[in-house]
Amino acid sequence: MIIDHPLLGPRDSSEFVYLGDARMLDRPDPDAPDAARAFYEYGYLRDNPAGPHRELWFHEGGDRSWLVVTRDTVTHEITRVEMARDVARAKGRST
Amino acid sequence: MRYSGFRVIREALRGHTGWGAAWRDPEPKDHYDIIVIGGGGHGLATAHYLAKVHGQHRVAVIEKGWIGGGNVGRNTTIIRSNYLLDGNEPFYELSLKLWEGLEQDLNYNAMVSQRGIINLLHSDAQRDAYIRRGNAMMLNGADAELLDAAAVRKEYPYLNFNDARFPIKGGLAQRRGGTVRHDAVAWGYARGADSRGVDIIQNCAVTGFRIEEGRCIGVETERGFIGAKKVGCAVAGNSGRVMDMAGMRLPIESHVLQAFVSEGLKPVLPGVVTFGAGHFYVSQSDKGGLVFGGDIDGYNSYAQRGNLPTVEDVCEGGMAIMPMIGRARLLRMWGGIMDMSMDGSPIIDRTPVEGLYFNGGWCYGGFKATPASGYCFAHLLATDQPHPVATALRFDRFERGYMIDEKGMGNQPNLH
Ligand SMILES: Cc1cc2nc3c(=O)[nH]c(=O)nc-3n(C[C@H](O)[C@H](O)[C@H](O)COP(=O)(O)OP(=O)(O)OC[C@H]3O[C@@H](n4cnc5c(N)ncnc54)[C@H](O)[C@@H]3O)c2cc1C
Repeated sequence: MIIDHPLLGPRDSSEFVYLGDARMLDRPDPDAPDAARAFYEYGYLRDNPAGPHRELWFHEGGDRSWLVVTRDTVTHEITRVEMARDVARAKGRST
Repeated sequence: MRYSGFRVIREALRGHTGWGAAWRDPEPKDHYDIIVIGGGGHGLATAHYLAKVHGQHRVAVIEKGWIGGGNVGRNTTIIRSNYLLDGNEPFYELSLKLWEGLEQDLNYNAMVSQRGIINLLHSDAQRDAYIRRGNAMMLNGADAELLDAAAVRKEYPYLNFNDARFPIKGGLAQRRGGTVRHDAVAWGYARGADSRGVDIIQNCAVTGFRIEEGRCIGVETERGFIGAKKVGCAVAGNSGRVMDMAGMRLPIESHVLQAFVSEGLKPVLPGVVTFGAGHFYVSQSDKGGLVFGGDIDGYNSYAQRGNLPTVEDVCEGGMAIMPMIGRARLLRMWGGIMDMSMDGSPIIDRTPVEGLYFNGGWCYGGFKATPASGYCFAHLLATDQPHPVATALRFDRFERGYMIDEKGMGNQPNLH
């Protein structure tokens, strides 16, 4: 698989480390009353879809940036690559 | 029909005209007491033990393809019970005991071969860890034997003992471990279940659950609705997809694992050998091919085929411990979809939906579990109680903080 890094261009996927579902960017609020349940679901439950999947890849063998890759889990086709930083900022998170 | 030596001779004399089909191809009935979704090893074993141990005969196994076309027919066939943790080891030891009696139980030759497995060790710290594991195994009634380098060398003289980085300093042996002919396990359980009245319905995918007032009353399939008092789901790599139809999110990710077979060679590997400093395991099939594998590819996948970086990694593992493997040509390779759980251990449990039960999260080690998985899932379906060796294999262990994490990797399925 080739990941088209937004800054560095096409890179072999073996330069990256995989973390999983990009929902991990959506950390629950630790002060919410249902925080324990929310953190359990955040930490342990997954949609695990067959089809398009937004997921986190870390460019360990490169510029060490985190990417959000949209990839089809049935065909392995990659349709979109974003900087995780930009995705998090668009959700209103700082830095 | 019982198989026996006498029968073989009789059929030889009659031109083999008397062999019948090993199981029927029935039309689905409108209603069953218990439906098992998935005709892999676990689903078929569940049906067999439901009928044999619990006297349940109004049972159907519903399989979307043909039985044995999933992981049960794609794995590297290694069986063992060399786990460390209390939640796992008694379960896997029960499985190994069931393997030992399987062929008599099923009247079917599954080629259960207790040729032994050796986990190589490469450092003093690893020796300590293996001693601990061996003791845990023995406390649970399994066998374990610590070998020094000379003892390993006697059995496998051609391994790479003097590698500068990962010298082989010994190994942990389990002599009762070994290999089994994988598809024969599916066929043997299918025949056993069928002979006791279980309907095995192939080419019939489950497309939904019918749930009324929080209770599952049957399944929608490609051949219409089929009613049931209880439904058990045992679909391995497809767990997420199927349970999604019941509105459940699981502590599971699906990942692809590859397997490799070399050209046929003269007998060279008497047992199973695993590399302790990387992930590589190898045995030799009775046809002579070296059967080997390593890590999962490491990203979510339903593709049943992997990518080249993992092929390279697995072959490097092989070269590291057994350099002569580089002279053999690779004949075939393929992939299967693993139900990787959040702690690397399985789940056999009820679900929040009344009458719906779940079996999954087998990761890349569910073949060895097949007999105990079927045995314990049948127990749960028939009695509504977990089997004593499966009491830890529950859904709620993640929320309660009772993970069974053999590798200590945390909630990252691709690292287990
Ligand atoms: C390459 C590879 C190597 C492995 N090596 C080993 C090993 O050495 N030792 C070991 O212990 N384990 C090993 N495993 C793991 C082991 O094979 C699996 O954990 C185990 O086979 C899973 O259980 P099963 O046999 O029931 O799965 P499967 O055979 O996959 O059965 C699940 C069935 O469910 C069916 N299904 C799915 N969706 C539906 C639906 N909607 N409706 C109806 N049916 C459906 C599928 O078609 C499939 O037949 C390996 C796996 C792979 C892929």
